[in-house]
Amino acid sequence: MSFPWAKEYTPSHPFMKWMDERLPVPRLVYNAVGGGYEVPRNLNYFWNFGFLAGLCLVLQIVTGIVMAMHYAANTEVAFDTIEHTVRDVNWGWLMRYAHANGASAFFVVIYVHIFRGFYFGSYKAPREMVWLLGVVIFLLMMATAFMGYVLPWGQMSFWGAKVITGLFSAIPLVGEPLQQWLLGGFAPDNAALNRFFSLHYLLPFVIVGVVILHIWALHIPGSSNPTGVEVKSESDTVPFYPYYVAKDGWAIGVFAILYCAMVFFAPNYLGHPDNYIPANPMSTPAHIVPEWYFWPFYAILRAFTQDFFFIPAKLMGVLAMFGAILVWFFLPWLDKSPIRSSSYRPLYKKFFWFGLIPTMAVLFYCGGAAAEEPYVMISQIAALYYFAHFLIILPIVSAIEKPKPLPFSITEAVLGKDEDAKLEPSA
Amino acid sequence: MARILSILVGLFFTVALAWSLGLGFYTWATEPAQPTAEHEFHEHPKHVSFASDGPFGTFDKQQLQRGFQVYQQVCAACHALKHVAFRDLEKIGYNEPEVKAIAAQFQIPKYDEMTGMVETVEGTPTDYFPPVMYAGQGSPPDLSLITKARHDGGPYVYSLLTGYQDQPAELLKHFPEAKTPDGLYYNPYFPNLNLAMPAPLMEDMVTYSDGTPATVDQMAKDVSAFLIWTAEPTMDKRKQTGWPILGFLLFATILGYMSYRNIWANKKH
Amino acid sequence: MAEEDGVRRRDFINVAAVSAAGVAGIGVVIPLVSQMSASADVLAASTTEVDISSVQTGQAIKAIFRKQPVFIRNLTQREIDAANAVDAASLRDPQTLEERTKEGKTNWLITMGVCTHLGCVPLGAGEGEPRGEFGGYFCPCHGSHYDTAARIRKGPAPLNLQVPDYEFTSDTVVTIG
Repeated sequence: MSFPWAKEYTPSHPFMKWMDERLPVPRLVYNAVGGGYEVPRNLNYFWNFGFLAGLCLVLQIVTGIVMAMHYAANTEVAFDTIEHTVRDVNWGWLMRYAHANGASAFFVVIYVHIFRGFYFGSYKAPREMVWLLGVVIFLLMMATAFMGYVLPWGQMSFWGAKVITGLFSAIPLVGEPLQQWLLGGFAPDNAALNRFFSLHYLLPFVIVGVVILHIWALHIPGSSNPTGVEVKSESDTVPFYPYYVAKDGWAIGVFAILYCAMVFFAPNYLGHPDNYIPANPMSTPAHIVPEWYFWPFYAILRAFTQDFFFIPAKLMGVLAMFGAILVWFFLPWLDKSPIRSSSYRPLYKKFFWFGLIPTMAVLFYCGGAAAEEPYVMISQIAALYYFAHFLIILPIVSAIEKPKPLPFSITEAVLGKDEDAKLEPSA
Repeated sequence: MARILSILVGLFFTVALAWSLGLGFYTWATEPAQPTAEHEFHEHPKHVSFASDGPFGTFDKQQLQRGFQVYQQVCAACHALKHVAFRDLEKIGYNEPEVKAIAAQFQIPKYDEMTGMVETVEGTPTDYFPPVMYAGQGSPPDLSLITKARHDGGPYVYSLLTGYQDQPAELLKHFPEAKTPDGLYYNPYFPNLNLAMPAPLMEDMVTYSDGTPATVDQMAKDVSAFLIWTAEPTMDKRKQTGWPILGFLLFATILGYMSYRNIWANKKH
Repeated sequence: MAEEDGVRRRDFINVAAVSAAGVAGIGVVIPLVSQMSASADVLAASTTEVDISSVQTGQAIKAIFRKQPVFIRNLTQREIDAANAVDAASLRDPQTLEERTKEGKTNWLITMGVCTHLGCVPLGAGEGEPRGEFGGYFCPCHGSHYDTAARIRKGPAPLNLQVPDYEFTSDTVVTIG
């Protein structure tokens, strides 16, 4: 679907016409990210992060394919093949750092993208499907990133694999056999390394597939916008090309500068030194931490230190860690407020800025810190708020809140009252 | 209904957390964690700067060669350098004949297919530094990546090499059980304070070919610099490639911004 | 007039921005392509030393040079004579035995063991292997026959077996590469 005023694709060259009648790929592109896709004119810079996420996915796939050309998934040599790539392969150091930091960049972008969704209520009707597919992408990304981190077969790789698969052993009855099945053995070894490599290569393409669905679902209602008011007329929108191509274009430039600054001048800053020590199944590092992008969830996992009635603490932690993400699936139905943008929700906005955001910051910090007091207690308080926010506060606030008046239309929000809007030449 | 369900689930998690928090707080308040010797006496690496520090830093090849001399004459007895090939030494300023001569000083184990025996032969530039057969206890780590494999790698190695001292009386007073065991040596820069390696450097152990006085401090600094290089021989290239790329990106981004302003010039948003 | 200049300047900026993106694209491709060429360790490991003291007259051995076989044959007088009896000019790839060996070491024929047709390893260096119609090497893949100087005589191969760069570092040791 698109708005009635959206331009239709008209092939200008005879070849494009020929193509359009047989395989209308140019039309598809035109309607997806070209002049045929009408987008609200008032998007702010948070809306650039979807495009950037797509760019990160391509970046990871390209550099990943290169890394795979020089890698061997065997515990005897995996560590050495990566060192060989970095030292002797032409531009190998660049490929390795680009891929490792690319994962971090991807998560930075995706966290901002998710934050945008939370704040501006992008998950609400009629975009629930876009949101659900987005959460699926996030879960797939986490799985891919985790398995990718195992591949260099350093100390953190090995112990990360052991600890994360150990989570599954918390499941009653089937836990132990499940962990053995996941690893193909009693501990991470060749079987695990090989399957992780295989899946690490496969999952990104699955992500591409889900991303296509995500964008498809987005194009049915069209993009949301910072006011949360639906598009009403032609003056509310501009065509994606050239307007948002230009805006995404220079945003890519800013992203590339920050990313390259990391890759070329601080490539190991986000990594852990222990992963430059080859895996040693006989000795656990003093302080096991996952990559930074897992820290909030890792903090939630560790926050459960006591058995709760008949549920062991370990199982509780695992349930909560997965629950912390699974709760996002229910967001469209937990938040029943018809108002999308938090800008018009005075009460929810307070909980968002003074509750959720500090909570996430604290969870990030505590997940990376050692498992000792006071960090455990702090992360318990933060995790407590996290669950309360989504499961208790959000449903209640959305029922009792009195929202601020919404602008009549996007055009009005941008240009002021209707009188001024009329002065604007229509696009 | 959905709302009640979600609140119930929310209560489940929050009450479980409150339970953990309460018990944790009680334990923490009634039985505060005992300080440990490591916690109290471990020290962060000293501040020391290397030519390769910072985004503009490049390796000081003269220093790397001195560092290599220290490695070869002191460290190589126990520590291997398996990811480095002799040919790599050309990158720190040795010429081809010199590299050949250095390689020939090392014995490389080679598997002979005809006899099925492993025999040692003289190294050639394409060989890697050979494994070190260490007869003592424990296994000294390979040093190729040591500065990347420790927090604050270069300063850590330098601090460790220059940090040997007698155990402070204060420590023994508070933690009598943390007395350094026989065969280990006290060093506050080592994570658990006691390590198996005795202080390896002594004044004038090495005679530098460039005439630099071989103080312990100088040797420690030089070998740390060398080990920063072995961990990432491509560092200079990385930084030198980075600057023009950042410059170009800045230029392209400014162009992109101007183009964006252009296109949106008549569109209020 | 001023308006028109403004428009042109704007177009210019857009074109410049797109061009910059194009340059960046090319810049990205360079490392992606060049990472596939031989790495430093492969390029460095390109000489091989072979001890030929045990190769009797009439025998051949195989050595490995750049991950490919090298044939080192100690020619008999009859084989040398047979090679010299041929008019080099009449061959597909005209070369004399002298040109293919080192001075004073004409009996040491050192060639790559890689058929110049499509890269199979010809037979004839190993004990008891067929040596083809011309008594040198025979490639079973597509039937190329090489003579006693390893020159192509019959079959699809376009060139003689390649002679690598080598030198005798002593009477019994050859350094290839």
